[in-house]
Amino acid sequence: MLLFKKSLEVLNKRSNIFSKNTQYLINNSYKSGGNYLVGGNKRFYCSSTTTSNASKPTTSILNQPSHIDRVLGRIQEETERAQMGGGEKRIQVQHGKGKLLARERIDLLVDEGSFREYDMLVTHRCTDFNMEKTPGDGVVVGHGTINGKLVFLFSQDSTVNGGSLSEAHAEKICKIMDKAMLVGAPVIGLNDSGGARIQEGVASLAGYAEVFQRNVMASGVIPQISLIMGPCAGGAVYSPAITDFTFMVKDTSFLFVTGPDVVKSVTNEDITQEGLGGSKVHTTKSGVAHLAFENDIDALKRVRELITLLPSNAKDTAQRESFDSPHREDEVLDAIIPEDPNKPYDMKEVIERIIDDGEFFEIQPNYAKNILVGFARMEGRTVGIVANQPKELAGCLDIDASVKAARFVRFCDCFNIPLITFVDVPGFLPGTAQEHNGIIRHGAKLLYAYAEATVPKIAVITRKAYGGAYDVMSSKHLRGDINYSWPTGQIAVMGSKGAVEIIFRGKGDIKEQEEIYNDKFSNPLPAARRGFIDDIIPPRMTRQYICEDLEMLKNKKLENPQKKHGNIPL
Amino acid sequence: MMFEKILIANRGEIACRVINTCKKMGIKTVAIYSDVDKLAKHVKEADESVCVGTAPTSESYLNIPAVIEAIKQTGAQAVHPGYGFLSENSKFVKELENIGVTFIGPGSYAMHALGDKIESKKIAKAAGVSVVPGFIGEVEGIDQVLKIANEIGYPVMVKASAGGGGKGMRVCRNDEEVKIGYRLSRQEAKSSFGDDRMLIEKYIEAGRHIEIQVLSDGENPLYFPERECSIQRRNQKVIEEAPSPFLTEEVREKMGKEAASLCKAVGYKSAGTVEFLVDHEQNHYFLEMNTRLQVEHPITEEITKQDLVEHMIRIAYGEKLKLKQEDIKIHGWAMETRVYAEDPYRNFLPSIGRIKKYIRPSGQGVRIDGGIFEGAEISTYYDPLISKLITWAQDRKTAITKMKRALDEYYIKGVNHNVPFLRDVMENQDFLEGNFDTKFIPNEYPEGFQGYKFTSKQVETVSICAAILRQIEQHKALTNNLNRVRNEAVVPDEIFVVQVDKVRHVIRLTAKEDGNEDQSTYVIQFVDEEKQSIIKEVEVQLSDISNEFIKLTINKAVHRFQLHSYGTHTYTLQYHGTKINAIVRSPEEDLLFKYMPEKKTIDSSNALLSPMPGTINSVAIKVGDKVVLGQELCIVEAMKMQNVLRAPRDCEIKSVNIKPGQVVAVDELLIDFK
Repeated sequence: MLLFKKSLEVLNKRSNIFSKNTQYLINNSYKSGGNYLVGGNKRFYCSSTTTSNASKPTTSILNQPSHIDRVLGRIQEETERAQMGGGEKRIQVQHGKGKLLARERIDLLVDEGSFREYDMLVTHRCTDFNMEKTPGDGVVVGHGTINGKLVFLFSQDSTVNGGSLSEAHAEKICKIMDKAMLVGAPVIGLNDSGGARIQEGVASLAGYAEVFQRNVMASGVIPQISLIMGPCAGGAVYSPAITDFTFMVKDTSFLFVTGPDVVKSVTNEDITQEGLGGSKVHTTKSGVAHLAFENDIDALKRVRELITLLPSNAKDTAQRESFDSPHREDEVLDAIIPEDPNKPYDMKEVIERIIDDGEFFEIQPNYAKNILVGFARMEGRTVGIVANQPKELAGCLDIDASVKAARFVRFCDCFNIPLITFVDVPGFLPGTAQEHNGIIRHGAKLLYAYAEATVPKIAVITRKAYGGAYDVMSSKHLRGDINYSWPTGQIAVMGSKGAVEIIFRGKGDIKEQEEIYNDKFSNPLPAARRGFIDDIIPPRMTRQYICEDLEMLKNKKLENPQKKHGNIPL
Repeated sequence: MMFEKILIANRGEIACRVINTCKKMGIKTVAIYSDVDKLAKHVKEADESVCVGTAPTSESYLNIPAVIEAIKQTGAQAVHPGYGFLSENSKFVKELENIGVTFIGPGSYAMHALGDKIESKKIAKAAGVSVVPGFIGEVEGIDQVLKIANEIGYPVMVKASAGGGGKGMRVCRNDEEVKIGYRLSRQEAKSSFGDDRMLIEKYIEAGRHIEIQVLSDGENPLYFPERECSIQRRNQKVIEEAPSPFLTEEVREKMGKEAASLCKAVGYKSAGTVEFLVDHEQNHYFLEMNTRLQVEHPITEEITKQDLVEHMIRIAYGEKLKLKQEDIKIHGWAMETRVYAEDPYRNFLPSIGRIKKYIRPSGQGVRIDGGIFEGAEISTYYDPLISKLITWAQDRKTAITKMKRALDEYYIKGVNHNVPFLRDVMENQDFLEGNFDTKFIPNEYPEGFQGYKFTSKQVETVSICAAILRQIEQHKALTNNLNRVRNEAVVPDEIFVVQVDKVRHVIRLTAKEDGNEDQSTYVIQFVDEEKQSIIKEVEVQLSDISNEFIKLTINKAVHRFQLHSYGTHTYTLQYHGTKINAIVRSPEEDLLFKYMPEKKTIDSSNALLSPMPGTINSVAIKVGDKVVLGQELCIVEAMKMQNVLRAPRDCEIKSVNIKPGQVVAVDELLIDFK
């Protein structure tokens, strides 16, 4: 009982309301027994209550602590120290910055009471510079469940040595990554670290590399998610960069290889942390981060949503109960494509009208807006959506859009997530900016990604499918399983104006020639006659068609030739 | 024998309304449309359709030669003009007479005689209709005006003979005001209508606008029970009902008879409406006669069980009315609200855009005359009327209750609309008591509409709804891996901290087995955070839930919610017509939320840069314009695609650096804001 009281005191110190909430939860006999305590503490409390009964008589007879009592006392003491992280003051600083503590974050991320902590008492092995040893060494690791689904996670504690990465710290991370690989469960990293533990020198760098190597080995085997919740600089940035998704918290997180001070001394540029590597930069300009969230709570809750959408590993599939009829027709789709081929419309609305409940988990919504990628469900089955967005840059493919979509397509292919592609693409974006920066190389990535993908691939051409971009966007020729066009589809090498100029070289009546060309190609018939599209479908029935196709394709087996790995044009 | 084919020279709900009756009568219909209306509802519902021009009304729906051409092309034998557009255009009627096509409406004589304010007043007075005291005829010069004003007594109204829409009209309370009012009104009349003939009459303060529907085959005029149309905003009717909660049987009959005698005097041959102003003593004064079908005709149809459009068509064909005056009786009560795409919170500014979700209420006694559907575009070219919502019941109170339910079940997403306002009026005490006049809206909403004022009890109900939604969401998420054993260990939360506006509630939610498959029952406990005790406990039945609607029953009272959006913790619900946000947190989230920094949300950028290289297609604003968030600023065309650039925030335009046709580079400065 004493232990229980003590741990409650610790809790009380950390937060008054928390225990109050716990109290009324207990009062109302909330769930099973009111064991509502943070993180790893719960396990400790449970086991200690059983042992304390045995130790009671011993103390009363001899009137001095027995060996087991002394051990228990020390376990208790070290556990408490681990729980307190960097101590009261640093906790206040962390909260003052609008950031939560490592353990608080875990509480919000995993199902209540499901967290099982490992290595709480690990300390660093550094003997130089009188380094203080804190049990846990600045990172909390373990596993838990998210909506019942097993996940492994680490959460860096920036109150302990700034969350810097020591050899021991890295070993803890590696331990759960190895476990995750062993059992096939996702890894979630909550990053909040000042970088390498400088005092440890190369041992710390070695730690990073150990993590990188595991990130790479796990890539394509289990989903890896990085949530940047504080600074992440130098070598530390490369682990998130390798993981499948990098998310940031607005205003409180930064990602850069070299910080503003170094930038200033090397290039004489004056730049703030936010301007150099804040969430806005990385979600709109660099494309390094996939999403930015309002605050820690929002971020953790959204990661829960994403994990719920994803399969646990490359052999798993993601499926939940369906709450939306597969037969739902939507007449609005019949009229959603404007008569004027140059008038934009919102492809996102098309997507939302077709998927389950209109719930679209968009990835990189503010980067390369001319292409939309994200997860959705069809009859409860998770699918990956890729779609050109005519509202932005006419929906053309440029470098950023190609890279964004290529990475997404490859993720889906890794994890058995069927791909649904909506096509309205006028071509690749022309210009020196694009050519000089390598649109050829980058555009090829998307082509490569689609061509190598062996998951079910369904494509719907809603309007334009011009030129090379037609080939790239999940075409029949790249082993598309099902290719549809709406009656508004136009599949050709280019628009009528350009085509007529080339074919007739400006001779004759251009208007009439354009009309002839339009009659020939501004419709889906030529492609349908060759079998390049399987059917021309009524837009309102698109959902039904796709649902049926996914059911038909659910046991699809297609394997690429045996090889070490392909050579995607990086 | 009957017409075989009728062309409807209108669009939107009224075109659909006329088509309905034609279908019932076995008459083929022809719709006309402008190019932007190609996929409109009235075009879909008609048997044939003809494009009569481009979007501006002068180029299409008011384009007489094009409409005449459409008639010739389709061989329509008659034209129903609906209301507005060509419905009171005597030139159009003459053109139709020339080609031997029937106009479904009064002849050009009646239309012309009653269209002029002075002329119609003279005819009315001669026919024994009670008119507003004043001088019937044009007034000439300020001396005569002053003399007449003093004879009839202040206040007086000086107005243009050709006036309409509040222009060229002024209320004057003394000699001084008359002098100024007369001069200004005359100038306005001259510039607005090209006609500066003026008249003067007594101004009836705080009257009611009550009108009589008439139907006449040229010989036997019939009058219908009155329509009460006093709830107006800037002379625009918003809510109408029939009958009026105000009139006595004697006055009703007297007004009806006067209206009928006016019809007789001009040999009126169609449906029409005689408008009266009625003061507090039930004195009634003739205002004008509308020689067409009125917007609000459905409420008369509902309480008399007559189809006015059918009567109009039969009269136009030359049939005599079989209906007798004694057959026209009042059955129950009808209420009509006009649902507009306008923002009630921004002084009812029209709201344009795409209707993304549109679910209409239904049920016995609910009628919707609408012309739009999900996916339709509300444009600036036409009236932003979404529909007329009409409810009918045995008595006024039930009709209002039905209207409240119908408004709660009316789901519109994509444009702003006035449902919040209409729903609010339905709970206004004066309105419920039938105690109002034409000043109702300015008197009741002097600061403009601010949204429904929720009571603390209602906020509690919102909290319950939001907590239930979050728990259901958790249940859904838990089905993500049905075959895993660990799933059993995870149970959705039961305790939630719900924040609505500034009010916090701690709610404990327990599902209760009630053996009923159609509903779920929850026991809701409100917890006192300080005392850690239960404040109160209620039982709630959840009987209906979809992506749009939630229906809760608490102590037998039904609460209807609409779900408009949801995020990680936040639900936007519509309750009593007004949207309200509820944030639902678990106790842990709530505890930690205090550490979350407050966010600055305003976009303070002072410039609009071109997001791409292209050509400026059009510029929608000019220097000094005040724009609101999301308003169109200009269109940049790139790769032959039009990209609409919108205002990033509410602001004023400081400078415009572009003009249509100009080629712009990426990041080029287009517009500066203040």
